[in-house]
Amino acid sequence: METALDVRNVSKHFKNFTLDNVSLELKENCITGFLGKNGAGKTTLIKIILGLLHKDSGEIVFFSNKYKNVETIKNKIGVVLDDGYFYDNLNLEQMKNVVAATYSEWNENTYQMYLKKFHLNENQLISSLSKGMKLKYALALSLSHNADLLIMDEPTSGLDSEIRKELMDILGEYVQSDGKSVFFSTHITSDLERCADEIVIINNGKIIEQSSKDEMIESNRMVKGTLDDLKKMSDEYIKILDKTKYGFTGITSDFREIKQLLPNIVLEKASLEDIFLAKIGGDRNEDDL
Amino acid sequence: MGRLNIVISNTSEKPLYEQIKEQIKSAILKGDLKNGELLPSIRNFSTDLKVSILTIRRVYDELEKEGFVSSQAGKGTFVLAGNEDLMEDTKRVLIEEKMIEMVNLSKSLGVSLQDLHDILDIVYEEV
Repeated sequence: METALDVRNVSKHFKNFTLDNVSLELKENCITGFLGKNGAGKTTLIKIILGLLHKDSGEIVFFSNKYKNVETIKNKIGVVLDDGYFYDNLNLEQMKNVVAATYSEWNENTYQMYLKKFHLNENQLISSLSKGMKLKYALALSLSHNADLLIMDEPTSGLDSEIRKELMDILGEYVQSDGKSVFFSTHITSDLERCADEIVIINNGKIIEQSSKDEMIESNRMVKGTLDDLKKMSDEYIKILDKTKYGFTGITSDFREIKQLLPNIVLEKASLEDIFLAKIGGDRNEDDL
Repeated sequence: MGRLNIVISNTSEKPLYEQIKEQIKSAILKGDLKNGELLPSIRNFSTDLKVSILTIRRVYDELEKEGFVSSQAGKGTFVLAGNEDLMEDTKRVLIEEKMIEMVNLSKSLGVSLQDLHDILDIVYEEV
């Protein structure tokens, strides 16, 4: 499997925030979800990847160095940023002309195909587009210059679940062609359950995990039991999600050991959301609850 | 392509790749998938099943190692059902696994081999 994007040891210091030695690898033909809560560093890293922000240190390699020319690489990357960066007083056609001129491989037929598919009207003003339509318009633009890597920052935030599902289906279709890859950030785990192949979790400026979605779900379990059960378990076995005087709920990757220790404990399949919350919950232990 | 049904259980303790692998294997053993048939592309299959492409890659890799499929660069992954010995061996192993359970249960209940034979004869006719 080729690598579409390789981020190596990238750091960036701000006054109140540090992106700390971040490394991740996007595999070709995969949809990789970049998961983190608000303020975790997702947008900062995406801006660095796109060259919109300078990094202090580290290296970023596109398409395993297949293309020597920066212009070619730029053409091969489709970008959808939060809120579009469009001019509100232009109509779709005028804005498209501005964007199309910056790409050498602009394909007008593809663009028209997407406009039709998304039910967008070229004469409409950008300012009159709803949030969902704006996203579709941004997608139509970014998919019409023969890009091999689509990078999106929080494309689903503020959209209803139907449009989110539609977007996930479009991404699924896009990666069917050889050599196409998607990287998108989100804080909504259900987007990833539907379509991601690989998940990267970022928290407080650090990557805390990268693995295949299925592996992440299969290597963890939700564990439920009484407070007496909890006392018998060592703290590092389990990340507590919820604890009341009746019992506790937590996430564990040591479910085999726990089952041996406490054969009657309840172990269930965990959702991505619970796993994510447990992982970013960090060092929270009983004393904090 | 022949008939290939894949039903994924979320409550099963078996990992996804194992569930999918077993169902493809059983389709090959039953003859629903024929020798030389092209399996779906890894990308297409994983999108349809809503599992990671990496899971399907693992399924195809393991099926290839076990001799049930063959991948050809640029062409895809094909069913290998021509190897009669492998087919027979696999069927035998699958049945043996179940029989071990059956024999263990019989022994623990004090059922003799002869009685077990008789029960098997009756059940085989009935099912």
